[in-house]
Amino acid sequence: MIRITVDGEPVRGRDGQTIAGVLIGAGRTAWRTSQTGDRGVFCGIGVCHDCLVTVNGVEGVRACRREAVDGDRIEREARP
Amino acid sequence: MTHVAILGGGPAGLAAAQGALAAGARVSLLDEGDRLGGQFWRHHERLTDPRLQHGWHRFERLRDALARGDARVHVGASVWSAEATDLGVRLRAVVGAADADARTAVDVEADAVVVATGAHDLALPVPGWTLPGVTTAGAAQALAKRDGVAVGRRTVVSGAGPFLLPVAQSLALVGSDVVGVLEASRITALAAGWLPRPWELAGKAGEFLQYAGGLARHRIPYRTGSGVVRVLGDERVEGVVVAALDADWHPIVGTEREVACDAVALGHGFAPRLEAALALGCDLRGDHRGRFVVVDDAQRTTTAQVFAAGEVTGIAGADAALAEGAVAGFLAAGGALGDPRLRGPVTARRRARAFARRLERAHGIRPGWTAWVDDATIVCRCEAVTRRAIAERADVPLRAMRLATRAGLGPCQGRTCGRAVEAIVAEAGGAPASVGFDRRPVLAPVRIGEVAALAATDPAT
Repeated sequence: MIRITVDGEPVRGRDGQTIAGVLIGAGRTAWRTSQTGDRGVFCGIGVCHDCLVTVNGVEGVRACRREAVDGDRIEREARP
Repeated sequence: MTHVAILGGGPAGLAAAQGALAAGARVSLLDEGDRLGGQFWRHHERLTDPRLQHGWHRFERLRDALARGDARVHVGASVWSAEATDLGVRLRAVVGAADADARTAVDVEADAVVVATGAHDLALPVPGWTLPGVTTAGAAQALAKRDGVAVGRRTVVSGAGPFLLPVAQSLALVGSDVVGVLEASRITALAAGWLPRPWELAGKAGEFLQYAGGLARHRIPYRTGSGVVRVLGDERVEGVVVAALDADWHPIVGTEREVACDAVALGHGFAPRLEAALALGCDLRGDHRGRFVVVDDAQRTTTAQVFAAGEVTGIAGADAALAEGAVAGFLAAGGALGDPRLRGPVTARRRARAFARRLERAHGIRPGWTAWVDDATIVCRCEAVTRRAIAERADVPLRAMRLATRAGLGPCQGRTCGRAVEAIVAEAGGAPASVGFDRRPVLAPVRIGEVAALAATDPAT
């Protein structure tokens, strides 16, 4: 079991899951603000960039490709 | 000793590595994933339910061959540059956690390269498809296989092709209720593709029946000539509109009905990942309905010392990828096509390509789909560009249209919308493009800082 935070809220996941896997497993489907509303996972394999998040202060990380690490701080990104 | 570089660690790349090693070469294999296997054998040691894997023993054998041989494997490698040189090829990558900010630079110079970069899902635009809860069929499969999670509690699977069946099965096994699998092609098209010369199908018909049995066990309906034509919801998916489709995939007026669900998995086909092959100067064949790398019987592309195998040469599935990879790797290492060790792969390749032609006849994308996309539908998801905006500029060259609308210029670089944009331009009377959206000077996302750091160092080979 791992624990990460998403915009400050604690979320639990299974060790080895991607960030997207942890979020979907926790019942979250959207975590980025786009020009047309919220977005989450679309392609799931690193192609579409819809699932971008900031991880420990580093922007533009594809949640579907990055394995979550215990203690990761995930923050929402917003497209102006 | 010949040094063969291989781009991609899925079925084609792994078979190419085995082939190159068998012919006496040294191998460097690069893949962007954290593990070998590509999309077909996507997995995680602890999280993957073994019932979701197909042909797993084959994967283990290939992985073992790589571990035993003279091979360097770079996983987590984003190859952002590939160039053909006088001496062979040069590949530049950064290696590390996905999208991290200071990954390690890896340069590979090799005598030959096998491009085995595979394909990704091709999901056609549908009104409402930007709502959270809509994913590609591949995403539903990847999240089920790799992470053990379901994209929704009640999922509709819609699109075309046999891939929808294992996706529905995976969803059911990770706990989603699958409301139905909607196949756009009508039964007549399916029959024309699947029924002739049944003796050629060998194991394929059995595979299909196995999946059909799986659907029946989970009580998942399979409907042909049917598809999601609109996704409903305010802030997330609340349902879909399903319509009957004619032979051209044109929705039939009056057949629309609403179905409640919280997830939609769309997969209308596959698009090859061509950027590395294009950067290496390889010729393509086809048009906006499908472009692929041109190869000869030896899997040679039109660029010296560059070979290609798998979905980049035509969407034909894992069996074709394995056979083509075996030939490509062996030949890239200097082996001969007439070598008795290639008899099996050459026969398998012929059979698998015949199967691909059946698939295209049965499930290939038909032009009527544009009728379910209205003027206000977002086609380019990254830049929120509507069908109307694209169609209005269909008469200018593709490049000018892109600059004016920003279609295909967002973070995904047109990978998601490219084919749909080209189809809409073509339908609106625009001139056909030779390469369309497939040419991308930087092959994979890399941070400016990482490239800048390279200038200060002299990367080792």
